[in-house]
Amino acid sequence: MVTLTINGVEVTVEDGTTVLEAARFLGFPIPTLCHMEGLSPYGACRLCVVEIGQEPKSRLVTSCTYRAEEGLIVRTASSQVMKARMMILELLLASCPQSKVIQDLASKFQVRQQRFRQEHEDCILCGLCVRMCEEQMMAKAIGFRGRGEKRSIGTPFDIRSEQCRLCGGCMYVCPACQLRCTYAEPDKAICGGCANIHPPCYIKEQFDDMMCYMDPCVACEIIKK
Amino acid sequence: MNSNSSVTDLCSTCNYFATCVYRQEREGPIQFCEMFVEVVEKHKEGYGGLIAILEEIQSKYGYLPQAALRTVAEKTGRSLVDIYGVATFYRLFSLEPRGKHLVSVCKGTACHVRGGPTIAEEFETQLGIGAGQTTSDRKFTLTTVNCLGACALGPVVVVDGHYYSNVKKSEVKGIISRSDVEEERYVIPADEQTFPLEVSCPRCNHSLMDKEHLLDNAPAIRVTISFDGHHGWLRLSSLYGSYNIESEYKLPHDRIVNFFCPHCHAELVGGSKCPECSAAMVPMIVRGGGIIQICSRRGCRGHMLDLNGVNV
Repeated sequence: MVTLTINGVEVTVEDGTTVLEAARFLGFPIPTLCHMEGLSPYGACRLCVVEIGQEPKSRLVTSCTYRAEEGLIVRTASSQVMKARMMILELLLASCPQSKVIQDLASKFQVRQQRFRQEHEDCILCGLCVRMCEEQMMAKAIGFRGRGEKRSIGTPFDIRSEQCRLCGGCMYVCPACQLRCTYAEPDKAICGGCANIHPPCYIKEQFDDMMCYMDPCVACEIIKK
Repeated sequence: MNSNSSVTDLCSTCNYFATCVYRQEREGPIQFCEMFVEVVEKHKEGYGGLIAILEEIQSKYGYLPQAALRTVAEKTGRSLVDIYGVATFYRLFSLEPRGKHLVSVCKGTACHVRGGPTIAEEFETQLGIGAGQTTSDRKFTLTTVNCLGACALGPVVVVDGHYYSNVKKSEVKGIISRSDVEEERYVIPADEQTFPLEVSCPRCNHSLMDKEHLLDNAPAIRVTISFDGHHGWLRLSSLYGSYNIESEYKLPHDRIVNFFCPHCHAELVGGSKCPECSAAMVPMIVRGGGIIQICSRRGCRGHMLDLNGVNV
């Protein structure tokens, strides 16, 4: 058992508990994007940053991957943390503005402007779908490929994976493609069959960039080229 | 002999490549490649073995065929996603078939200021392809690299393990045409071309010549070698075309030994492989400019000599 202080409140947790879990146990809200219970922590989105230690030696760490230590002093909403969090949200908005999850988070944290070059990425590389596929579905059909700016998620050789069982878990967890999946932006929407939406999409050509790794799609049986 | 269907698929792909060792020994399509399974078995243990497996496959086939990655996944018990991720992560690996000759133009800082980009452009114009592409006749693949560690020789171009130093724009055409007739380059009648070479370590530039000991009536080249837990000296004849050696320990035939500089103790190892037996080559700098590379396998006569970019 280790005892740590979060926002001035002492808490005793079991060894191996992460700071995020301890803070949530106490009821302090820490926003997360790439964290999901049941999946291993990954620390990709950096939204869950907290400040540990005391000034002037304090530093920012991702609470989802940081294990609680004896005597650790944590602040979950200091000015430094809020500043970093707003910047991260602004950057996420710049890369993937169509995501409702990111929009909601940005609005919640008072992000009122976006000062970077606007991109419309399909993917924020949070790795949720990869971990979902591997850890919960035991399939390992999709994974990370390439590196640097060419890094992407997909099946090996961009062809249908034999491991894929068309479970749709990857789409279910994706924070970036929800809006498209639910027809809020019809130009970019994919069939949304996974969400039982009517009518099914029938014009495959419009959806070249769809982030559905299912081939064919369970709902509309469109075969990806 | 195991006749796994995926392995058969793999081996029909290398039929198109001169790099496959088995092609030279057999006629017709190859049914099964023992090398492949051997490689996987050898590095099977530990997670780090994956890169070694992929490296060996690439050195044999010139690229990583899709069937090869699938077989590796099957044999090592890892998922294809992981293997594909590693293969796409490193620039060393190529998933596309590459040309017979690999041209690497250095674009590192030192080569850049000495005109590396101009050389790269000239190669692009001459070959009609961009960096990272292969000519339609599958002869040349052009890549740019960030540093070859031979900054003093810049701008450097490496074609199939041969280093061309201080390359000028006007020389590019010659390098391409010479590489194309590369096969004849290794055939040098020994009796006509014996001349002594003075060599130095490529790391510390200290001379490797041993004036006190003569071999073939010329100062010998002295290096340190290590194999099977033995460490000792080795003297090589400096006469080009002579293969006489003297060694502290008796070297078994076909043994690959590691060469070290006796002065800075750095291992003498380059990126290139012996054209005859695929063992690692040992590079040494030739006085007057140029690089000689000799095969690290006892008894193998594979070597490459580049004098100021002129292939002998």
